[in-house]
Amino acid sequence: MMDISIVLPVLLPLMVAILLLFFWGKTQSQKWISVLGSMAVLGYNSWLFITVYTGSMLTMQAGNWEAPFGITLVADVFSVTMILLTSIAGVAVSIFSVGSISTARIRFGYFPILHLLLMGLNGAFLTGDIFNLYVWFEIIIIASFVLMTLGGGRAQLASAVNYVIMNLLASVIFLTAIAILYGIAGTLNMADLSIKVALIENRGLVNVTALLFFVGFGIKSAVFPLYFWLPSSYHTPPSAVAAIFGGLLTKVGVYALLRVFTLIFIPDSFLSTLLLAVAALTLVTGAFGALIQSNARKMLSYLIVCHIGFMMAGLAMYTDTALTGAAFYLIHDIIVKTNVFILLGLVFIMYGSFKMPDLGGLYADYPKLALVMALVLFSLVGIPPLSGFWPKLFLFEAAFDTQSYVMIGALIFASFITLVVIAKMWSQIFWKPNPNTLERIKHLPSFMELSWNRRAILISPLLLLTAVSLYIGIGAENIVKLSSQIANDLMDPSGYIEAVLGTKPQTP
Amino acid sequence: MELLLAIVVGILYAAGIYMMLRRSLVKLIIGLILLGNGANMLIFLLGRITKGSPPIIPAESKVFLEAYADPIPQALILTAIVISFGLQAFAIVLMKRVYQVVGTDDIDQVNNMEETL
Repeated sequence: MMDISIVLPVLLPLMVAILLLFFWGKTQSQKWISVLGSMAVLGYNSWLFITVYTGSMLTMQAGNWEAPFGITLVADVFSVTMILLTSIAGVAVSIFSVGSISTARIRFGYFPILHLLLMGLNGAFLTGDIFNLYVWFEIIIIASFVLMTLGGGRAQLASAVNYVIMNLLASVIFLTAIAILYGIAGTLNMADLSIKVALIENRGLVNVTALLFFVGFGIKSAVFPLYFWLPSSYHTPPSAVAAIFGGLLTKVGVYALLRVFTLIFIPDSFLSTLLLAVAALTLVTGAFGALIQSNARKMLSYLIVCHIGFMMAGLAMYTDTALTGAAFYLIHDIIVKTNVFILLGLVFIMYGSFKMPDLGGLYADYPKLALVMALVLFSLVGIPPLSGFWPKLFLFEAAFDTQSYVMIGALIFASFITLVVIAKMWSQIFWKPNPNTLERIKHLPSFMELSWNRRAILISPLLLLTAVSLYIGIGAENIVKLSSQIANDLMDPSGYIEAVLGTKPQTP
Repeated sequence: MELLLAIVVGILYAAGIYMMLRRSLVKLIIGLILLGNGANMLIFLLGRITKGSPPIIPAESKVFLEAYADPIPQALILTAIVISFGLQAFAIVLMKRVYQVVGTDDIDQVNNMEETL
């Protein structure tokens, strides 16, 4: 009898999406199903997380085909952490969508696509087969294309072009890399590849393949020379969509990089130098980009790029401490980035703009809410004891250990610029008196005139994610334990290989 | 045969990248299609081409007696074709819509439009 508990994180969102299709056009019921469905997925994923975290790794061979031949699904601690975070972000975005997505968009299938996107994300995190990972990536991007363009005007369509083209190109490069990898190793199972690739004598060919994977995943996760599509497309879709994109889509690329470059291609001196350079340049250029923006969402898009650099830095330094930092940063970043985009969505609903010169006075108008938002922004900057601080501690320690002083400079620079940028945002949006330059919002109902439950729906995802990021910050001990276990698993993949193939790999 | 396929794959990639570097939206899509086909051919080529020996065990024996063609590349290509078909269909519709809304198929102008908005 096959254990299906590991497929359910994929099947549940699919079933929710199918159920939603039966309620096509009935916006009210779709809202209920979407929220309850994403909560059910969160409940299940938490159970799976606890099972795997306290117990042992789960694997499933699809159709009972033996390991290197069939498609394998693997739930190790890293995977279940990622699906847990996905479903937390999923619940928050689902609730925020109920309050903020226009009825017209819901009528054209916003919610089913959102759940298909979540299904794709869960699938990508759970698969143990490199070609299957490609398929999940395609499911993610086709769902994200629809969310990106749905109901869009000129700006949204024009910026979607960059997004669509770059993602299609990334897929082709990923596919090319898989083709060459299959040609040289003759297998697609990631655990099996881990053994076989290490034995290949032609290291030049292996490095070329590794670089193709790096470019493919690098475009998706927006690292240094490949990130230009991100700031030019993330500022146009509705806030709820931007939240799920900013929080999760680039992180799938980071997850894939962490997986592939620890399991299949162990970085040699050439690759690790490249990774270090890319990480440092991502940190610096992302920070510079954020510095000159006046549109708050564009600024945050550059901050996404900048912060991808932190995770890349962890991978590049490749020690236990560094990977602990990277895993911790990943956990923190998914929650906080989703939250910041939701925060800006609230600002847009209140004042009708994302352009910082047109905004202001939030602190005077909504003092309590502004305090919560301050917590979110401080977590993003990484003021102790909030969540952004701890992973940086590990990354600095690792950088001193490996004596990568350039990296220390880049890390400090990026942290400092993040602080400057957020301070600018705080003074522009919260403290400056509102300039009242926007004529058109005067006849819109103000936020306080909205009905009580609409306001509750809009604020609750912010509160939920803030609570989670407070827990990550204050309960950092538990998260450190979790991330160091993830780092251990990544550094020593023999447990993963044994769980998938059923035999211990021989140590050469 | 393998040499011929290798040359075809090279030409497809080169042509695809050349087309993607042009500024017209239509040429961009054509470039992507060429690249996708090139990738599929590459999987086929690297899956070791074996002529005329399907992976079927004869009825009278229990194991393969001679070299057989690897069936996996075909499964991969089939999957990749279906996926790229869907994505390309979407991309073409998007390009048409962008052309109608923005009024140009020059990528520079589309991007300028996005900057000013």
